Amino acid sequence: MTVTSQTPSAAVRAAAEGWRRASSSRARRTALAGWLFVLPGFAVYGLVMLYPAVQTVLLSLQDWTIVPGQESPWVGLANYAEALQDPVFLRSLVNAAAYTAFTVPLQVVIGLFLAVLLDGYLPGRVLFRVLFYLPVVSSWVVVSLLFRYIFASDDSLANSVVVNLLHLSGSNVAWFQHRWTAMLAIALLGTWKGIGWSMLIFLAALTAVPVELKEAAALDGAGAVRRFRYVSLPAIRSALSVVFILLFIGGFNVFISVQLMTGGGPSNATQVPLTYMYQQAFDFLDFSYGSAVSFILTGTVLALSALQYWWTRRREAL
Amino acid sequence: MRRTPRDRLLLALRYLFLGACAVVMVYPFAYMVSTSLKSRTYVLSDPTRLWPDEPTLDNYRQVLTAEHFPRYALNSAMVSVASTVAIVLLSSMMAYAFSRLRFPGRRILFALIVVGLTIPTMMLIIPQFLLARDLHLLNSLPGLVPFYVGTALAFNTFLLSGFFEQIPRELDEAMMIDGAGAWRRYWNLAMPLAKPALGTVVIFSFLGTWDEYAWAVTVLNDTDKRTLPIAIALFQGQHSTSWGLVFAASIIALVPVIAIYLTFQRYFVAGLTTGAVKS
Repeated sequence: MTVTSQTPSAAVRAAAEGWRRASSSRARRTALAGWLFVLPGFAVYGLVMLYPAVQTVLLSLQDWTIVPGQESPWVGLANYAEALQDPVFLRSLVNAAAYTAFTVPLQVVIGLFLAVLLDGYLPGRVLFRVLFYLPVVSSWVVVSLLFRYIFASDDSLANSVVVNLLHLSGSNVAWFQHRWTAMLAIALLGTWKGIGWSMLIFLAALTAVPVELKEAAALDGAGAVRRFRYVSLPAIRSALSVVFILLFIGGFNVFISVQLMTGGGPSNATQVPLTYMYQQAFDFLDFSYGSAVSFILTGTVLALSALQYWWTRRREAL
Repeated sequence: MRRTPRDRLLLALRYLFLGACAVVMVYPFAYMVSTSLKSRTYVLSDPTRLWPDEPTLDNYRQVLTAEHFPRYALNSAMVSVASTVAIVLLSSMMAYAFSRLRFPGRRILFALIVVGLTIPTMMLIIPQFLLARDLHLLNSLPGLVPFYVGTALAFNTFLLSGFFEQIPRELDEAMMIDGAGAWRRYWNLAMPLAKPALGTVVIFSFLGTWDEYAWAVTVLNDTDKRTLPIAIALFQGQHSTSWGLVFAASIIALVPVIAIYLTFQRYFVAGLTTGAVKS
């Protein structure tokens, strides 16, 4: 475009005009191509994710009737008010919080510990990495049934470990008959299944630390602990906060394991928000109340994780 | 590096800890395999003994000859393959457009994709169910596919566009001078170069749809339309005492997953580092 500002001859101006037209038609072609590339995928995405996301909010503000064609009255925040006074929903939040408080620190600490042990020269590290990651790739349905079996009967594996091996209890425990023993079994499954994931992310972050840096620190006489504190830890800080936030979100969204191990029972003692939402919607057909439950859950969890994110960012800036 | 006795002790300690952890991590699987090899009468005998007295493949035989089991495996395979193909194609096309083509609305659409990363899929199950009902996609195996694809697109588009960004722009420009249009640059240049990232997308998409349970169990009703995870979960409900059968079925469903994982485990690391640790 700078060509036109220099009082050019007619020939140059014509050439520049031709180039400009060619390039603007190329830009138009590119724009059209862009739209054509995005359109099919975005249509599916918009239909299946964005539209339902808006629908969740709308449904939660209605008293939705299942009969097609019948008007569903708007009820404002009534579903939310009901949820906040619903003891089962509040209990489900407490259960999910307890599950998160148990599983997240364990997954972070053990995952980090294993990653540190696997970092650097170690024959057979691939084998260990594969073994630790196996639970992560196994389906939730299979491992939930497996842990149900491990804890289920009187002479189950869990009981023989707790009673005969560790002598933690004098008699067999009926794990799924009580709220906290059942939650413990569910949380142990969550921890066992998730450790390999956090380990792998930490390991990837640790591998990115230059070997020279560690060797230099070792030559300067820094012990293993100090090398970890001053060389490795700064390198994995962002991985640490990402893992923490994703596990936090995942913890509150626990579903299949609870559904298949206890179904939220006995008498709603082990409900978590998503099993409760599912029950309200697909057993009692209260789609509006279920939507309110799921919106409260997602809203709270996202707000809390945004807060965590902001907090870690701020600390890093200091 | 020279190894001092202290180094060797450290190495031994590392192996000790790792070995102990490996036993804890693998034991439940070993226990599952062992249970699947026990005949029904032996299932409830001493739980800490791993190797059964009289190992038998009876459970596997029963599962494989069960009326619908091969059908369920086929259902799962068809849905997973169709979804994976669609996810790879659609997400790579979107990612290419976002990272290489300038078009009005690009920023807004990409921001909407990022929003999708934060929405847990389970939160949407109620409106998605109503949508499937309105589109007459309830109780239909092909009807699962658009939902599996739509829920997977945000993550995979994000992952792939990060990868496409790393491909030098000069290569695109060189092809443009040769007169190559957007499709040729995408298909002949970007896609071959993105093979490692595409491998990650294929694996995660396949495993995700192969294992998917919550949506399938919600929308499918007919017996012969079940997918493997539904069949296994219901199997447990029907044969609550025959854990050997349940685990034989589970292991059959796990075999392809573990085979894929072992073959492509490098891609798992690549996928995690590009996807999750992107600071």
